[in-house]
Parts: sequence; structure tokens; C-alpha cells
Amino acid sequence: MTLGAITPEEWAVITLSLQVSLAAVAITLPFAFAIAWALARWRFPGKILLDALVHLPLVVPPVVTGWLLLLLLGPNGPIGGWLDRMFGISLLFRWTGAAVAAAIMAAPLMIRAMRLSIEAVDRRLEQAAQTLGAGRIRTLFTISLPLALPGVLTGLVLGFARSIGEFGATITFVSDIPGETRTLPIAIYAGLQQPDGEASVTRLAIFSIALCLGALLLSEWLTRRASPQRAGHVL
Amino acid sequence: MSFDISVRRRLGERSIGLDLQSGSGIVALFGPSGAGKTSILNMVAGLLQPDWGRIAVAGVRLFDSEARIDLPVARRRCGYIFQDDRLFPHMSVEANLLYGRKRAGSAPAIDFTAMVDLLGLGALLERRPATLSGGEAQRVAIGRALLSGPAFFLMDEPLASLDGARRDDILDRIAHMHALTAIPILYVSHDRDELLRLTREIVTIPYQGSSGSPTFASARLQ
Repeated sequence: MTLGAITPEEWAVITLSLQVSLAAVAITLPFAFAIAWALARWRFPGKILLDALVHLPLVVPPVVTGWLLLLLLGPNGPIGGWLDRMFGISLLFRWTGAAVAAAIMAAPLMIRAMRLSIEAVDRRLEQAAQTLGAGRIRTLFTISLPLALPGVLTGLVLGFARSIGEFGATITFVSDIPGETRTLPIAIYAGLQQPDGEASVTRLAIFSIALCLGALLLSEWLTRRASPQRAGHVL
Repeated sequence: MSFDISVRRRLGERSIGLDLQSGSGIVALFGPSGAGKTSILNMVAGLLQPDWGRIAVAGVRLFDSEARIDLPVARRRCGYIFQDDRLFPHMSVEANLLYGRKRAGSAPAIDFTAMVDLLGLGALLERRPATLSGGEAQRVAIGRALLSGPAFFLMDEPLASLDGARRDDILDRIAHMHALTAIPILYVSHDRDELLRLTREIVTIPYQGSSGSPTFASARLQ
């Protein structure tokens, strides 16, 4: 078997996957950070429940998550119907729907990484900033966020890698439409169903592995880069 | 009057309290570890809310439980020197020093160059806090507080992590700074000799055990 070059159809799959994953991570970032902050810093009733709900997509079969998205965001669903009536937006069978499915599946990993790094921020430094005249907003942007940044970036990278690999919820919610919802894993699965698809499957599989390996190495590097600074401050 | 403090606060099984009225200058709080000295500083800084009482410094009311006044930490104009330096690890020494300059406005008590001279920080500006020695870090912390335009200083055992020669150096610089700026200082330590080098105005905070009725420190100075 010869490997051959990546075909235009395969490039379309790759760029669509990147587009879906970048959109998924961008949608999730502000919500994930807010939830991570609440879980790390606040005490409120139902916190344990929120923590469990946030982790749910990690353990529930992805097909179930996709089916729930179909119920909620489909044209007859409570949210999907509202979006359609108010804005004429439909997520079903669209790349935007694939991005939403990937966002839901990536959220637990992103929230986890951000929460850990927010918990590691030394709150006494925030107090010091306040005694120097910094209000809450300035303290957040000049002290808390920069110190939590490695974890936020790690969360972004992990969430991106998870979105690239998302299959079950996506195919259940938005199906397999070439050029619209046929992302890397779906294209690989479709290739396996075809008698002559093996070379294409191999190319796409190698590309996925390289992409995700790169993302994990990047996240590891970011984590390492952050630790000597913290260790240095203990004394 | 520089410090006019009358506060009570329950912390678990213990009660902490202080009644203090002082003239200008340096006032020292003396007492054993666990007596609640740091908690009192935190109440003056606004980091810990008293259950009851009032706090005014240099004629400005910072807290009054009856009048429902509780100025936010950032607006109390307090130069807090902590036991640990609490420098921001992700900023250079210079960026640390300049962090509070916004509040100081156009008329700081001391300009940047004079402060750098006073505390001997010239060679440190480009460095990162993690590379500083204990004495250097504490000098930077004092400079940072000084540049934030404080109306008063709170110093919580600022020599705790330093050895003999470094302690003398920092004490001299604090005394010199006070002579230069006349900003009142509330200084906490469990070392009487250290306090006597700075001031004669010493208030003893007794240890408040969990049993019996607490007796609070009370002092009217000058």
C-alpha cells in the first residue's frame, strides 16, 4: 500500500475539523473560565451538583449527549425551536452544530485544567494588590489571570485536542455531511466502510495523531514553563 | 491623632480586641504569637471585618459598625508590609514597585528615584522576585508600598525571615523613611528590642485564651 498525497477532499476534512474545533474552544472559553472560577473560589448551595454536571459529558456515552443535543437544539426542541423562531438559526446538520457538540464534550477538560490553576493562585498576592489600590477588576486582570494563565492555556489545548477527536455526539447530532459536518473521525469511519478507503484512512489517521500529539506536547510544555516560577516564589 | 482604633472580633473560640488612640509617629503592637496582632492589622487594612467597632487613621474613618462605614481595601490608602514579601512573581522588581503608583496620583510622598536611593534598589530593578534574597525582597516590598501613596503603614513582623545584619539594615531604613515622610506606622512584633529601636509607644496585646472573660489591650498614647 502506498501512502500517497493528501487529496483535496481530505484537506477539506482537515480544515473543517480545525474550524469546528477552534470554534468549539472559543465558545467554551468564557463559560469554562467562569464555571472554573466559581468552583475554585465560591461556596454556594448546589456546588457539588454543578461539579458533577460539569463532568457528566466525560462519562456519559457520547451518543447519549448527542441525542440530548438533538432533543434540546433540534428544530422541535425548546432551545432549537426558539433559536429558529427568533433568529432563523438552525444548528442541525450544520458545522455550527458540530462545534456545539465538540464544545460540550471539551468543556469538562477545560474547566478541570482552569480550576486547578485558579486554585493554585496565591490569594495573598491578590490581597497585596488590593492594599496597593487595585480594585477587583484590576486585581483579576493583572494578578489572578496572569498567574492562572498556564492552566488556562493548557485547558485550551486539551479542549482543542478533545474537539478534534469528537465523534459520537457529533455524528448523532449533526450526522455525516461531507463539507459540512464530516470531521476527521467521521471521515475516517466513513473511509473504513469503503472497499478502497484504506490509504485515505491511513493519511487522515496519521494527521490526527500528529495533531493531537503536538497539542499534548504543547500543553505539557506550558505546564512545565509555569512551575519553576511558582516554586521560586515559595521562599 | 494618627491611629484611633476600637475593635472586637471573634475568631473561633477566641476574642480579639484593641482600644488604641495614638499621636503621630510609630506605634508598636507587642505580644506573643497567636495573640491576634496580625488579625488587628488585617482589620485596619480591611482584609478582615471586625464584628464591632470603629477604625480611623489620620482623621479618615475607615470602618464604623454603627455608621455602617466599611471602606474597601483598595481605597484605604494603606501601605501594608506583610511578614512574607508578597511580591508579584510574574513581574519584574520595577513593575512591582510601580504597581501602586496609580493611587499615589500626581503628588506622591516620595518620587521613584529618591525611593530607589533610600532603599538601595538601583541594582535590582530588572530582576525577578524569585531571584532576590529575603532582605532584598523585603526592601522592594517596602518601596512598593511607599510608592502607592499610603496615608499610613501597617508592618507585620517585616524582619521575621531575616538574619541579624539584614534586620539592622531594614530597621534603619524604616526609621529613615519615617523621618523623611512622617507617614504614621503601626508596627507589629514579638521582639521588644526591635520595637524599642523604633519607638517608645508600645501597646502590649495579651494572649486571649479561650476560657474566662477576655481582657483587651487598651492604650491612650500622648
